[in-house]
Amino acid sequence: MTKFVKLSIAALALVGMSATAGTLEDTKKQGFVKCGIDGGLPGFSEVVSGGVYKGIDVDGCRAIAAAVLGDASKVKYVSLNAKERLAALQSGEIDVLVRNTTWTQTRDTSLGLNFAGVNYYDGQGFMVRKDLGVKSAKELAGASVCIQTGTTTELNVADYFRANGMEYKAVAYDTNDQVVQSYENGRCDVLTSDASQLYGLRTKLKDKENHIVLPEIISKEPLGPVVRQGDDAWFNIVKWTFNAMVAAEEAGITSENADAMLKSDNPTVKRILGVEGKMGANLGLNADFAYQIVKQVGNYGEVFERNVGVNTPLNIERGLNALWTKGGLQYSPPFR
Amino acid sequence: MMKALRNQKVRGILFQLLTVIGLVAFLWYIGANTVANIEQRGIKTGFEFLEGTAGFGIDESPIAYSESDTHGRVFLVGLSNTLIIGFVGIVLSTILGLIIGVLRLSNNWLVRKLAAAYIDIFRNIPILLQILFWYNVVLKSLPSPRQSLEFIGGIFINNRGLYIPQPELNITTISVILSFLLVFVIIFFVNRWAKKRQEETGQDFPVLLVALGLFVILPILAYVFSGANFNFEYPALKGFNFSGGKAISPEFLALTFALTIYTATFIAEAVRSGIEAVSKGQKEAAASLALSNYQALKLVILPQAIRIAIPPTINQYLNLVKNSSLATAIGYPEIVTVFAGTSLNQVGQAIEIIAITMLVYLTISLVVSAILNWFNHKMKIKER
Repeated sequence: MTKFVKLSIAALALVGMSATAGTLEDTKKQGFVKCGIDGGLPGFSEVVSGGVYKGIDVDGCRAIAAAVLGDASKVKYVSLNAKERLAALQSGEIDVLVRNTTWTQTRDTSLGLNFAGVNYYDGQGFMVRKDLGVKSAKELAGASVCIQTGTTTELNVADYFRANGMEYKAVAYDTNDQVVQSYENGRCDVLTSDASQLYGLRTKLKDKENHIVLPEIISKEPLGPVVRQGDDAWFNIVKWTFNAMVAAEEAGITSENADAMLKSDNPTVKRILGVEGKMGANLGLNADFAYQIVKQVGNYGEVFERNVGVNTPLNIERGLNALWTKGGLQYSPPFR
Repeated sequence: MMKALRNQKVRGILFQLLTVIGLVAFLWYIGANTVANIEQRGIKTGFEFLEGTAGFGIDESPIAYSESDTHGRVFLVGLSNTLIIGFVGIVLSTILGLIIGVLRLSNNWLVRKLAAAYIDIFRNIPILLQILFWYNVVLKSLPSPRQSLEFIGGIFINNRGLYIPQPELNITTISVILSFLLVFVIIFFVNRWAKKRQEETGQDFPVLLVALGLFVILPILAYVFSGANFNFEYPALKGFNFSGGKAISPEFLALTFALTIYTATFIAEAVRSGIEAVSKGQKEAAASLALSNYQALKLVILPQAIRIAIPPTINQYLNLVKNSSLATAIGYPEIVTVFAGTSLNQVGQAIEIIAITMLVYLTISLVVSAILNWFNHKMKIKER
């Protein structure tokens, strides 16, 4: 009998010891990338007709799949709200989180997470009904403010109102949809969120033209992909997937000319596309990983214009998200 | 060895021992695994976060709270909001449940059917849907603050909530509150005296009437003799919102309404089953003693019915408290919304925060059931 007990305890302990292989090996074995997204945010990740996901964040997931598996469609999307997202990544439910998540010191250091880059430089703004006659965020003393819980937004708005000596009433909800619905029903005067989201959420309102986004931007919100700490190989892959998209734009490689560019004499282009050098091997990927990203998903500029650019309903200028050569902040360390 | 195993008593102890060992091993395994994973991933642990600055605003709080307070304070805000919603919900749903339960047995066909329809409809719709429904009804049907509906006495209602004048805490207010408490004390003793007299002499005393009379007269006397000055603070539109007075948020209204309506159906059924379980002979016996309908209900039926109705009602109270956590869907700042929601996200220590929150619900539930079990024990037939 005691033998049985010993055996069962040993068995239990064994289960506990089953080592987790690296995320790269796991992903290759599964054949898909487990990617956390919002799923309800126009321009970043939303379901369009036919149940297909679309957006900047979705393209981030697809780029990782293209780099790792050679096929951008091999992604398993997990829709997460702001409260769930970090826990889902910590617990291993997803392997990478590309869900307009702000890179902050606390998140980067104390939560066992690593930010792999910035795919969108954002800042927090305010949207109000036009008929309130408000022209500046400084006139919002005493207003009720609709916010999504579990976001840096909630802290920024508190800081902003405190810094300006104004009172406000916070009305916080779990999901963006409930935030928009309550704002629309008049529960609050102001909807606050990252400016990019405000433009996106405005497209969901019935009377879009009666709402304006106030000029003040009250915070820095660098949004980027997040991975678990402790798997540097996977961290590098995600980081250089996003760098590759920026580098490709800088080098003039697009999804259309990627094949022609394979024959380019430019050494930078050659290294990015894997014709020369061991960039892919350094990451444990195929030599053509960046070629696959650009060919199947596009370079950073293409992804931006396709999802949120001036020709989309969101109508957002490149602004901070232009390449560093054009006055923006998007900058990839060299491929060498 | 084999002989000992054949002994039923020895075998019983052995299997119990094995179960305990297995359980301990299982819990130890889970605990060790969690700790190892947390360490491996470099996630911070411990409870220091409770002293960190919260930095976010909470719209309604019964205790003083500002953005510069700590997460520990946020916990207290959430806890007190949970307790408030639990208390108000239990009181209101008990009253409503009692009324509906009795109406369900009315001799009037229409009343009986209406009560039955109410129970069947609201008992069978998930509570989360009801909360969302009432919330959106409240928001959609009410006007904006600038077009508020105004009622007599400076009461305003709009889609930001219900605003009522708040009396200043002065001698008048305190006297009136004390006079109400006094009425309760008086009624308690009058009731005891009336019962004793009834048992000894058979004479009845109209306690209910006296109680109602006292409830009107004493507070009025208290009001008049203490200066007759509540010094109300009236709500007034200032900028975007009303300020001054007491504000009750639409979230609180919707949540209380939904929880009350939902839980009352179950309490009504408990009341009905309690009354119906009292055998018909009891009613007939009461009638043959020439007790009136009211007397029969009060002296014969209810004392027996309550005994049967209490245990299922306890369950409903516990359910109500637990269901209040669904407030997170509409953003009422109770403990799950602010502490296990916002705070959790700001500090990221899920295990600690969820454990604290679960402990809170466990404690509330155990306390509620302990109180009611004591009451149940007291109400039980004392067999001598």
